[in-house]
Amino acid sequence: MNTLTAKTQAVIRRRSPLPWRHWGIRTIAISYLVVMLIIPLLVILQDGLREGLGELWRQVTLPIAWHALKLTLWTSAVMMLINTIMGTLTAFILVRYDFPGKSFLNAVIDLPLAIPTLVTGVMLVILLGPQQAIGAWLKETFHFSIIFAPPGIILALLYLTFPFVVRSVQPVLLELDLAQEHAAATLGAGGWTIFRRIILPPLTLPILTGALLSFARAIGEFGSIVIVAGNIPLYSQTAAVYVFGEVESENRLGASAVSVVMVTIAFGLMMFANYLRNRSRFGFRKENE
Amino acid sequence: MNENPLPRIAAPSLKSIVLFSQRLIGNKAKWVQRSLIFVVVVYVGLLILAPLAALTVSAFEKGAGAIFSSLKHSNVLISFWNTLWISLVVVLIHTLFGTIVAWVFVRHRFPGRSIINGLIEMPFVISPVVTGYMLLLIFGRSGILSNFVEATGIRVAFAFPGMVMATLFVTLPFMIRELIPVLENFDASQEKAAATLGANSWQIFWRVTLPALRWGLIYGITLTFARALGEFGAVLVIGGAAQGKMMTTTLFIYHALEERQYIAAYSAALLLGVFSLALVSGSNWVRNKVQR
Repeated sequence: MNTLTAKTQAVIRRRSPLPWRHWGIRTIAISYLVVMLIIPLLVILQDGLREGLGELWRQVTLPIAWHALKLTLWTSAVMMLINTIMGTLTAFILVRYDFPGKSFLNAVIDLPLAIPTLVTGVMLVILLGPQQAIGAWLKETFHFSIIFAPPGIILALLYLTFPFVVRSVQPVLLELDLAQEHAAATLGAGGWTIFRRIILPPLTLPILTGALLSFARAIGEFGSIVIVAGNIPLYSQTAAVYVFGEVESENRLGASAVSVVMVTIAFGLMMFANYLRNRSRFGFRKENE
Repeated sequence: MNENPLPRIAAPSLKSIVLFSQRLIGNKAKWVQRSLIFVVVVYVGLLILAPLAALTVSAFEKGAGAIFSSLKHSNVLISFWNTLWISLVVVLIHTLFGTIVAWVFVRHRFPGRSIINGLIEMPFVISPVVTGYMLLLIFGRSGILSNFVEATGIRVAFAFPGMVMATLFVTLPFMIRELIPVLENFDASQEKAAATLGANSWQIFWRVTLPALRWGLIYGITLTFARALGEFGAVLVIGGAAQGKMMTTTLFIYHALEERQYIAAYSAALLLGVFSLALVSGSNWVRNKVQR
C-alpha cells in the first residue's frame, strides 16, 4: 500500500464495493448461518429446558439414559488415549523416517474420512462379528466378544478418528528445528530423553487439540455404532443410539434432555479445542517472526 | 558396531557436530526406528485395511454375479439415485453460500465473529441423530413450524426436503473450512491492481478471485459430496421409516441388514465406499499432480 501513489489509492477507494453491497453480502452470510446452524441449536436447547433444569436432570439420570451417557464417555476416553499415542507415533514416523510404502501409508490415514461411517460399521461386523472366524475364535477361547459389545464401540471410534491426531501433529512436527535435537544428542541425551524433553513440548498443544476433537467427534457417533454395538440397553447402548430410540418411541422429554447434554459437551470441547488451536498457531507465528 | 572416537579437532565446526550427533542418533535408534515403523504399519493394517478387505471379500463371496443381481434390484438403483441427487443439491447450495460465508468471514470484521468461527464447526461434532431430531422439532407433527407446514402443504419431515436439510446441516463446515485458509493467503493487492486497471467488482471476482479459489473450491466440493453420500443418522431420523422410493443408499444398507439380505447390503456398502473413496483420492491425486 505504501508504494501506491495518492492517485491510485483514490481510484481504489472509488472502485471498492459500495456500502449497501457490503452490507448485503454480510447479511446473506449471517442469515445463512443463523438459519442453518443457530436456530436448530437454539430449538434443541429450548426444548430440553422447557420443563426446567430439574426435569432435564431427572430425564438424564434415568438408569438407561445415564448408563448410555457413561458408556459413551468412557469408550470415547479409551479411544482418545489409544488414538493420542498411536496418532503421535504415526505422525512421527511419517515425518522423520523413510521406508518403503510411506506415501501409501500417508494416503491410508485419510481413508476413514472418505468412507461413510455406516460402511465402517458393516466392515467391522464382517471382519470380527460372532459368526465370522476371528470373532467366533475369540468368543470360544477367551469368552471375549468385540462386536455387539463395548470393545466394538471403541474399535469403531478408533477407526473414525484415526486421522485427527495424526493430521494435527504432522504439520507442527515438520516445522521443528532438528538442530536442537542434534545439540541434545551431542550433550549425551538418549533417544527417549530427546523425545521427551525436546520433541514433545512443542507438540503438546497440537496433540491435545487433535485428541479433544476426536473425543468431541466420538460422542455423537451413530452410523457405525448402531451396526457394531448391538445396542443393548444398560450394556452397549450409547447416548446417540438412546436418543434415536427415544425419538422413535416419541419420548420427547428424554430425547431432548440427552440431546442437550450431548450438544453441550460437544460445544464445550469444540470451543476449548479452538482456543488451544489458536494459541498454538499464534505462538508458533511469533517464534517465526 | 561403528566405534569411531570423538573427532579430535581443536574447535569442532558446526557441521562436524551435526554429523557426529546424527551418527549418534542413527546408530542407537536403528532398531527403535524399525520397531516403531512396524508397530504403526501393523496398527494401520489391522485397524483400517483389514476391515476394508473383509468387506470386499464378503461381497464377492458368492461371485460377482450375485453382486450384480442384488444391485439390479430396483430399490438399490432408486436409493443410489436419491443419494446422488440429494448430494448434488447440497453441494450446489454449499458452494454458493459457503463461498459467501468464507468471503465475509475473511474480509469483514464484525462483532460476534469469533463466536461464529467456533460455531461453524459445530455440525462436525453434533450427533447426526440430534441433527435429525432438531429438524423434527422444527418441522415435525408437533414442531414449531407445524402450522406453517399444514397451511402450505409442504412436507419437510418424513420427506425429501427434510433429508436435504439434514444433509445440509451435517456438511456445513467443509466448504467454509476449505475456503477460509485459501482466502486468507490470497493477496488482495491483485484485486486492487485489477481495480486500478478499470475492472468492475463483478469482473474482479470472476477473473481474479475465483481462479485463485479454484483448488479450495474443488476440494471443498469433494469433501462435501463424500460426506453427503455417506450421511445416515440425520437422514434416518428425519426421513422416518423411509421405505421404497424414499430410501437413500445408507438407509437401504441399514434396512437390508435388518432384513438379513447380507449380499445386497454388503454390495451396496462396498459400492458406496468405493465411490466416495474414489472421489476423495481422485481429487487429492489431481491436486498433488497440478501443484507439483
